[in-house]
Amino acid sequence: MEMLWFWLVSVMVAIYAVMDGFDFGSGVLHLFVARSEAERREVLAAIGPLWDGNEVWLLAAGGALFLAFPRVLAAGFSGFYLAMFMVIWALILRGIAIEFRSHVNDLMWRAFWDGVFALASALLPILLGAALGNVVRGVPLDASGYFQIPLFTHFGPANPVGVLDWYTVLMGVLVLATLTAHGALFLAWKTAGPLHDRCRGAAGKLWPAVVVLALAATWATDQVNPALYRNLPRAPLAWVGLALFLGGLAAVFTGLKRSRYLLAFLGSSGFIIGILAATAGCVWPVMLPSTLDPAASLTALNASSGPTGLRAGMVWWFIGFPIALGYFGYLFWLHQGKVKAPKEGQGY
Amino acid sequence: MGDLLFWHRLQFGFTSTFHYLFPQLTMGLALIIVALKGIGLARDDERFDLAARFWIRIFGLSFAVGVVTGIPLEFQFGTNWARFSAHAGGVIGQTLGMEGMFAFFLESAFLGLLVWGERRLGRRGHFLAALALFLGSWLSGYFIVATNAFMQHPVGYLVAADGSLQLADFWTYLLNPWALVQYLHTMMGAVVTGAFVVAAVGAFWILRRAHLEQAALFLKTGVIAGLVASCLVAFPTGDQQGKRVARHQPQALAAMEGRWHTGPYAELNLIGQPNVEGRKLDNPVRLPGLLSFIAYGSFSSEVKGLDQFPEDQWPTNLEFLYYGFHIMVGLGTLFIALMGLAALLLPGGRLMRARPLLWVLMLAFPFPFIANSAGWVVAEFGRQPWLVYGLMRTADGTSRLVHPGQTVFTSLGFAGLYFVLGLLFLFLVGREVNHGPEL
Repeated sequence: MEMLWFWLVSVMVAIYAVMDGFDFGSGVLHLFVARSEAERREVLAAIGPLWDGNEVWLLAAGGALFLAFPRVLAAGFSGFYLAMFMVIWALILRGIAIEFRSHVNDLMWRAFWDGVFALASALLPILLGAALGNVVRGVPLDASGYFQIPLFTHFGPANPVGVLDWYTVLMGVLVLATLTAHGALFLAWKTAGPLHDRCRGAAGKLWPAVVVLALAATWATDQVNPALYRNLPRAPLAWVGLALFLGGLAAVFTGLKRSRYLLAFLGSSGFIIGILAATAGCVWPVMLPSTLDPAASLTALNASSGPTGLRAGMVWWFIGFPIALGYFGYLFWLHQGKVKAPKEGQGY
Repeated sequence: MGDLLFWHRLQFGFTSTFHYLFPQLTMGLALIIVALKGIGLARDDERFDLAARFWIRIFGLSFAVGVVTGIPLEFQFGTNWARFSAHAGGVIGQTLGMEGMFAFFLESAFLGLLVWGERRLGRRGHFLAALALFLGSWLSGYFIVATNAFMQHPVGYLVAADGSLQLADFWTYLLNPWALVQYLHTMMGAVVTGAFVVAAVGAFWILRRAHLEQAALFLKTGVIAGLVASCLVAFPTGDQQGKRVARHQPQALAAMEGRWHTGPYAELNLIGQPNVEGRKLDNPVRLPGLLSFIAYGSFSSEVKGLDQFPEDQWPTNLEFLYYGFHIMVGLGTLFIALMGLAALLLPGGRLMRARPLLWVLMLAFPFPFIANSAGWVVAEFGRQPWLVYGLMRTADGTSRLVHPGQTVFTSLGFAGLYFVLGLLFLFLVGREVNHGPEL
């Protein structure tokens, strides 16, 4: 049961990364690839109907974590206190920028919110990547089950650790590059004309950089948490993740070469899910490793809720999850094809 | 700076109160929009669609601010109340998780379609989108109230070997009788807010002699919805809620009424100043016997005063609780009177010419926001000193390792950010109101 919940939370985090990932990437890119008002609105029209639902995956994953592993949520959120509020504030500014931007037809108003949208969209992947880095590297959890770390210390991954060190920043940059490249493929798929061409160009430049960064991160992870890869032989799901990761990468480059952008976008989605699945497979059952004492690590086995709660949650989760997927299927079906910039006052 | 508990409470109190200014408006408007779309569809009357279109624009703005101010609250359970989350997450994680799965996905999927998709969906489809948003937002309200109800009146749980609270019975927890009453009371409060805002815009346009046809429709809609909801919020929902508090949180009732002594024929205090040092209510204006009757259904029932409880079980801020309760009840009574009077003048369009009353209706819209906030003050301060009633004290729920300075810093950050957010919201809604119903 604990193992199932561990994977449900991982699945929801992966869906979140893929879904909000493409609108983060679109946000980072739109200042560069969309050069006229009409093109900016094409970008917004592409993500507008989806972004809010994409973000719900974060809340739904958080809710599942709360339900199944409350001690992990409590320790992690309070331990990363200030970094968490940076995430919160960036989410607030980003949501407002998307929703308020087109309400006023004024050059400065729109330029301002476009800037806010781009900055918040860049900051969030860096922070979420750094969070992933922290979860792999570990935090100074002690027997009380809590910790508190500063934003940075000496920028090294040894105690005393901070939220940001060279490893977690590398992970942040990797996630930023990956999601930007992922967003470029999404926009290349959903748009036409010069905007499409620029997105395609951006994707062509970004993806090789993603590969280099991913290799660097793979090497760095071994330096920071040598035990991780030793788990590979006994983690079959990590192999599935690895296959998705490589297959996705192949699909990205094939899709780009043959101008099949849906294939490329699905490939980059597989790439993201693959990285996260391989990581989840290798860390199981540890959810928050301790840098002080391995016995103090919070795991899916020692930090989970009681059996009745896990069972009840499982029942409604398997009812709710297909319904949620249905909504997204409906939205993608409804907004299929290339987007057009909406007329003034008639859309995002 | 030393009092970590104080800063955690202030921050959560501030961010949740500010957040709830928006959902109460969206939940209230959601019902009104469904009604307008429904009537427009049934009568094939374009005027109702036009009215719905205007309120959907306001709904969209309010919904956006509600979403972005709601996200922090989900995080704050973990950041600021870590020990509470670890202790009770096995229970309250259920409803918080279900809210995301069943309410947020539904709302987020249809919001864009409601705001921008009327042409695409057609009349019937657009009505269904409005219905989806109504269902989603009201469902979301239920999950939150059910979570709060567990903190007010815990049921369906067991205490595990490590001392944490775990779910024992899903349906008992989800259908907490406290939640059912509190939910209806809360939702009616939200409809009061929505109705007053609709009526206020109608009154404003009439006073300005602009958009008269739509203004008259807004006024009528707002006054009828406002009168019905104002009555329902008091009776039966408020009355039932009061009886529950009397039965399960007697010290909260005593504090709400500023009552220190125990006895039958308890009087209802209309007004007066609680004097905590002197253990009495100064300068009261009271109605004899009525509190006993309201709380227990008979004038001779004994109502306990604070003298019956050890001081460490008294709510921690008696004055705030007392005034919060009296402001809520006082405003609620005035709402019934105001909307009743306006409803009397509706037939024959006399209300349209009653300019002084229109001024009052226009300026009254902030007060339901105050009354709803005061209501939550009553619920949350009445629960003190408990975080989970009878099971966990508020002081034991904080994140112990978070330094007070961090909480002060983030509280100031929220204050600044929310101030700007409030200004932006008022600016954009003001533009829409000024612009009028046509696009």
